[in-house]
Amino acid sequence: MPAVLEIEGLRKTYKSRRRGTRNALDGFDMRVDAGQVHGFLGPNGSGKTTTLRTLLGLIRPDGGRMALLGHEVPGALPTVAGQVGAIVESPQFFPHFSARDTLSLLAGAGEVPAARVDEVLELVGLRDRAGERVKTYSLGMKQRLAVASALLKNPKLLILDEPANGLDPGGIREMRTLMRTLAESGMTVVLSSHILGEIQLICDSVTIISLGRRVAFGPVDEVLAQHSSGAVRVRLEAVSDLPAATDALTRAGVRVTGHPDHLMLAGVDKPATVTRLLAENNLYVSELAPVAVDLESVFLELTATAPVPGQHRQVDESTKVGGTGQPGPTGGGWGA
Amino acid sequence: MSLYRTELRRLAKRRFTRYMSLLGLLVLAAVVIGVFFTNEKIGADQLARAERQAEQNYQEQVTWAKEARASCEQAKSAGTANDGRYPEDCSVITPPPRDQIQAEWFLPSTFNFRETFAETLIPFAAILALVGFVVGASFIGAEWSTGGMMNLLLWRPKRLTVLLTKLAALLTGILAVTLPAAVLWFAGFWAVASFRGSTEKMTSGVWQSFALTGLRGVVLVLVLTTVGFALASLGRHTAMALGGVVAVMVVGQFGLGILLSMASVRFAEAWLLPTYALAWMTKKVTLQDWNSCNANYSGECEPNTFDITWQQSSVLLSVGVVVILGAALWAMRRRDIS
Ligand SMILES: Nc1ncnc2c1ncn2[C@@H]1O[C@H](COP(=O)(O)OP(=O)(O)O)[C@@H](O)[C@H]1O
Ligand SMILES: [Mg+2]
Repeated sequence: MPAVLEIEGLRKTYKSRRRGTRNALDGFDMRVDAGQVHGFLGPNGSGKTTTLRTLLGLIRPDGGRMALLGHEVPGALPTVAGQVGAIVESPQFFPHFSARDTLSLLAGAGEVPAARVDEVLELVGLRDRAGERVKTYSLGMKQRLAVASALLKNPKLLILDEPANGLDPGGIREMRTLMRTLAESGMTVVLSSHILGEIQLICDSVTIISLGRRVAFGPVDEVLAQHSSGAVRVRLEAVSDLPAATDALTRAGVRVTGHPDHLMLAGVDKPATVTRLLAENNLYVSELAPVAVDLESVFLELTATAPVPGQHRQVDESTKVGGTGQPGPTGGGWGA
Repeated sequence: MSLYRTELRRLAKRRFTRYMSLLGLLVLAAVVIGVFFTNEKIGADQLARAERQAEQNYQEQVTWAKEARASCEQAKSAGTANDGRYPEDCSVITPPPRDQIQAEWFLPSTFNFRETFAETLIPFAAILALVGFVVGASFIGAEWSTGGMMNLLLWRPKRLTVLLTKLAALLTGILAVTLPAAVLWFAGFWAVASFRGSTEKMTSGVWQSFALTGLRGVVLVLVLTTVGFALASLGRHTAMALGGVVAVMVVGQFGLGILLSMASVRFAEAWLLPTYALAWMTKKVTLQDWNSCNANYSGECEPNTFDITWQQSSVLLSVGVVVILGAALWAMRRRDIS
């Protein structure tokens, strides 16, 4: 599959007279194949927005190469800009124009037929409010308008930076459906976020960034498999056998956590060894299930092991406290 | 081209543009109406009335002189201390000769197109230049501060093209207001002169000179519009441009003016920007140094003079535009947009 978006060794250093320099991007790589919905994940301040801004020519990189739809950027941006729709970090609009005026001016500047304006307004659910001034919109409505502005070009590549910011649960679900529909129609979608349950639901592949470096990438299930922690859940036929099983397994060097009706094992390479060990002790297994890790725990593990200066570790730690120990996709949105 | 048309549309859609242009035009209309009502046509009636008023004034002077001489002589004969209120010789108190009081002084003011119209082009240019500056600054300033510029660059990545197209659209818009306003201004004052003054002796040379002054006024409007636009683009905020100019005018110009006069610098006005704007409009401003004396043949003192010509002003205006717009373009090319 051809790459729609390629980044190699991208570097960006922000220089500030007061706070010195900050390496927002430190040799970052990324690749998105055509037709995918690609999740771009990273904690706050990891460089997601910086990457997207650089890619779109809004800021100047200090090194590395980038390509969009097979053209080197920023050089070829004028050529590809018409095929790349993007919103970057809760976009702002001139507050005194209506949504329709805003879109119609963008359509004029980009030589998009005016009829497209009403199509996208319909698509994002703003049809009935399109005549009102943007000033009077809620955050979620502005976000919808932003998505509409990105869709206006009918782009080949759609880049959305935290698009669910401020959306209501219904809006998030609609957005998810919209992404899938767009992807099925052949559009490539790149979605940045730091909320993972939803990403896991709709993305084909992901890139995880931490402190300006890529820490993991690939199709979602591969990333999960690579980083599964080897957790296994065990149930026995008789609950009364659980203490004996705990003894036997602990003696064999397996880390065991007891629960009223099952055991959780950690660091097991081959589940078969567990069965054999327990059978040798006349303990019979009724269920033995490798526990699927979720993207969130992989993400937390990866980003917390990255080299973290003080400030960022705090952010990651606080995420970890509320976030671990809940396997399986949880509710919530991409950007809530 | 589509971008240019879109930017024109954006400019016209903005309420600020509409209200400011309307305000500017209303002020201009008020000036014309004000001039209309404060001037009168001079006919036989007005001349006769002026003659009467001059005569009356002369009579008042005569009466006053008579009274003053009487009280002078009274004070002399009474021997009261002469505290300097009266001269030694009471006979020097005389009324002015009759022919020194001219009837012309008592004529109502009248609008002579040939003599006065050129002056009216100065407030015309000043008011529209102010409108242009504010509209220009807000047009681009609001675009930067609300993030509209970033959105637009996602569609049109060629930054200099975007900025220059916006400027072109802005100047077109300002011209679209200024040119009809100038035509109306000419027509308005022609009407004022026809009904409340005179339109005599308008040779083609005079017309040409008015047209050129009007043209210089339009150029001044465009220059100030460009400067407002460029400053707001540099500062990425309307308020920055406005604040910057207020700072320059108030602190820079007034402060400088006070400092220069305290230091008794000769021709202090030569350091102040409005002098150059005036010279641009009137072709020449002559500054005078009253602390100097060049005796002329009849023994009177004539001050040193210093001319500021419109050519010098044109150099200043061009350098100003090039530097400020150049800085805005350079910043546009270089900066990170976030
Ligand atoms: N204009 C800027 N000046 C200085 N530092 C910046 C600027 N923009 C972003 N940064 C820093 O760069 C890092 C990456 O930011 P960003 O790309 O916005 O992160 P996120 O992944 O949350 O979008 C952060 O540490 C941030 O503080
Ligand atoms: Mg961000």
